Amino acid sequence: MTGFRSILFDESGPGADIDGREAPEFFTDLNLDQVVASITAGREEYDLKPFFHTLLNRVETIHYRHDIFRDLENKVLFGQITSFARKMRAMRGHLAQADKLHYKYQKQRWFLEAADIYCGAVGGLAQDLTLADLRSRGFLDFRGYLTAYTRSDDFASLLGETGKLRADLAGIRYCLRIHGSRIEISRFGSEPDYSEDVLRTFEKFKQGSVKGYRFDFSSDPDMNHIEAAVLDRVALRYPEIFSSLDQYCLRHRDYLDATIGGYDREVQFYVAVLEHMERFKPAGLPFCYPAVTGRSKEIHADAVFDLALANNLIRKSAPVVTNDFYLKDPERVIVVSGPNQGGKTTFARTIGQLHFLAGIGCPVPGSEAKLFLFDGLFTHFEKEEDLRNLSGKLEDDLLRIHGILERATPDSILIMNESFTSTTLGDALFLGKQVMQRIIRCDMLCVSVTFLDELASLGETTVSMVSTVDPDDPARRTFKIVRRPADGLAYAVAIAEKYRLAYGSVKERIAS
Amino acid sequence: MHKERDFDPEEGLPPNAAALTQDLELGMLFDAMAAGDKFLLEVAKKAVFASLDEPEAILYRQRILADCLERPAIAREMYAIAVEAIEREKKVWGWGKNPEGVLHRSVEVLKLFVGLLKRLRRIADAHGADFRSEGLATLFRMLAGELDDEYLGGVEDHLRRLEFRDGILISAELDDGNKGTRYVLRKPWNPKQSWMERLQARMERLFPRDRSDYVVQIADRDEGGFRALAELRSRGIGPAAGALGESTDHILGFFRMLRSELGFYVGCLNLRDRLAGKGEPICFPEPFAAGKAILSCRGLYDLCLSLSVKERVVGNDVSADDKLLVMITGANRGGKSTFLRGIGLAQLMMQCGMFVPAESFRANVCDGIFTHYKREEDSGMQSGKLDEELSRMSSIVDDMTPNSIVLLNESFASTNEREGSEIARQIVRALLETGIKVVYVTHLFDLAQGFFLAKMDAALFLRAERLADGRRTFRLVEGEPLPTSYGEDLYRRIFGAA
Repeated sequence: MTGFRSILFDESGPGADIDGREAPEFFTDLNLDQVVASITAGREEYDLKPFFHTLLNRVETIHYRHDIFRDLENKVLFGQITSFARKMRAMRGHLAQADKLHYKYQKQRWFLEAADIYCGAVGGLAQDLTLADLRSRGFLDFRGYLTAYTRSDDFASLLGETGKLRADLAGIRYCLRIHGSRIEISRFGSEPDYSEDVLRTFEKFKQGSVKGYRFDFSSDPDMNHIEAAVLDRVALRYPEIFSSLDQYCLRHRDYLDATIGGYDREVQFYVAVLEHMERFKPAGLPFCYPAVTGRSKEIHADAVFDLALANNLIRKSAPVVTNDFYLKDPERVIVVSGPNQGGKTTFARTIGQLHFLAGIGCPVPGSEAKLFLFDGLFTHFEKEEDLRNLSGKLEDDLLRIHGILERATPDSILIMNESFTSTTLGDALFLGKQVMQRIIRCDMLCVSVTFLDELASLGETTVSMVSTVDPDDPARRTFKIVRRPADGLAYAVAIAEKYRLAYGSVKERIAS
Repeated sequence: MHKERDFDPEEGLPPNAAALTQDLELGMLFDAMAAGDKFLLEVAKKAVFASLDEPEAILYRQRILADCLERPAIAREMYAIAVEAIEREKKVWGWGKNPEGVLHRSVEVLKLFVGLLKRLRRIADAHGADFRSEGLATLFRMLAGELDDEYLGGVEDHLRRLEFRDGILISAELDDGNKGTRYVLRKPWNPKQSWMERLQARMERLFPRDRSDYVVQIADRDEGGFRALAELRSRGIGPAAGALGESTDHILGFFRMLRSELGFYVGCLNLRDRLAGKGEPICFPEPFAAGKAILSCRGLYDLCLSLSVKERVVGNDVSADDKLLVMITGANRGGKSTFLRGIGLAQLMMQCGMFVPAESFRANVCDGIFTHYKREEDSGMQSGKLDEELSRMSSIVDDMTPNSIVLLNESFASTNEREGSEIARQIVRALLETGIKVVYVTHLFDLAQGFFLAKMDAALFLRAERLADGRRTFRLVEGEPLPTSYGEDLYRRIFGAA
């Protein structure tokens, strides 16, 4: 067999502890917990979250995933992959049901049906992949594995026996003669259908539609003891078939192939991400495969948006604003200022999200992106819960940023949101400058949201970006963040004019 | 009732039903048709409001009604059978909605129905040939052709067999979980056994072969077991029970329909008897297709007025073919309102296929019949009344289509004449231009005069007649609007003083 191991990891491997991995620290600040919850919703049985908690540290692994994503963009292949997944899910449902049931012949039948679904799923997928135009190494290797598996003797005997047994069982027909409290079971003797006779006679009265008589019988897969007793008598009437069912269940107890089982789980990572992306297409929101590199810090991206926010907005059919940004050497730090509620934090989060998504080999929200392969992603966001004690809060802020700067390297990324607001302006300015100097010296990438204009012009490594308002109606935010010198006053003047309190207006009103 | 479909007495009343009932005093009409029967009252209401819009459909009904008017006893007897079927069906007890219960009750009900269907068929056999209308002829043909003795005998045969005195036989298969499925009720091979088989069966009863391996016997106190057994039986007889249940419902539906449809004609018979009793004339109206304005009558009288007084009432002759606007002015209590009501009633009765209270009547069918009467009640603030009138008019306009007819009685008189006239003028002009027929009783001289001077071909002006000595004849004559109304007359008569 070929060397297929995993559809998620190339030879680098995930490490054995993958399933225990918790969400990284930055998850909540960047609303990635929401994003991942939204992506994985409805797929709890696959336990996909550990895959989202595991950042890749090699560009090659990221490309391994990009290539698989690209293959899956083919709608036909995607349909085939999800169809396989549905069947595997149905198969597990059957096994679980077999487990729950009490009567032997019932348990055995559900097991048989599970194996049948499995055979169909595997055979179908092997067939589909043979005809598919695959490019990714991941899928090519998997196809090789699957082809070899379906040609194995084990699989062939499973397939053959399953088919024969099902046909035999489906051929069973029996009669119940019920009289009083006695039921006699016999093989079916081609007695004529009496219902049909009755239906034909009374057909004549049919006209218009009346309430149909639908008698609902429990569709509970379970049996009562009378049904079970009847089934036992049926088994006596057809002893050969039921004894081969016994043997079959013993022989094929462990029919499920471990590698195929692993694939079935892992491929859901791609399916989940792609289906999630589909939601944004009707709103015209683009996704792209980012160029990821660890060599240059000249990042840039166009038409990016916050995935968590956009998900909420499109649900309400509200418009989603996209933004662009870029850094040219020696620029490292984006300082975002401007009116409140203008999308500053969202913008900062977006840059964090983009890098995270790139770091797990996913497409990112935006029309084009070149992003940095980081070794660490850190966030420093205001912590709401400590409002009671301002000095305690400032201390906590500083302790946290200190911890971050201890761990950060030149290849790290830091997203800061309104740090040090819990003190006087003088203090804030001082602390802000100090911390910013250290960040600059470290040469890491940083996005900092702040009301301190001064931080935006600390040197050639910082870039100022500003949230903007509608010039005609300053109360309306555009949620556009543009590269522009910080000027907190511009907004104040505009807001004043809305109430005709700007300089010119006030003079005019007083004069008249 | 209809050529193509069954009459549905459950159909909702049109939105203007309440206004029509009030303005045309339809209650009198319904009561006369019902003659004290609640069900007939409902049928009368539904039928009168469910206007037909094709002359052909109206004529279809007229022909049936003519048959019924000629042979009232047969119509009433068939109606009685339908009533009996419905009443007796209610009294058959059922035990539940499960297949066994449905089957058992259906067998009982069907035995009852088969008896009544046989009675209907005997009427068909005896009198079918006497009926000329397509509607009744079809019904009789259906009864004679579909429900012959052979067929009804077969039905009775099934009803006996479905009591399952010898137990039931069901076939089944195994589903994907090895549970029984596709239960099908079976007819055992040869119920009539050869002597050899009979002997074998008897021997078996004496010396039973050991077949116990293949038998499930429910223990006496195993309640769950008996429930399970009942379910197995149910699964087997489900389709047959369903078919029988549906058949009872269909046949019951047939009797209900028969009761509703015949109920309408029985109602017409009742009304005819009332009118004939006092010598009022009736006639079948001549319906014309929508699109061309037709309205002519001789001796058209207000049916409801007639029903409420002893003597005969005055009829009117009008020739308003090609007229979209009929504007009626003149003396108070001069017969304007009764004429307007007469027009509305006749139009409504014509469109449900009834005879009309006139010596002759012809009109085009209308998609909608609307009334806008001045409401006497809320004598509150003037502006409030005008608002009320306008909002009522506005909802009428919502429901209107071209080819409607609207009867206006002193509309927009709740404000001063100039304003009222201007509002009315704008509305009426718009209505006429969209092809809606307007019959307007008004005191608004400004309004009436304005339309008169416009010399429209499609307008007819009628006036309550007053003789030279000042007496009113309650007849309408053609004539231009006069500036004063005859309120003075009335005042003088009531108050007696000069």
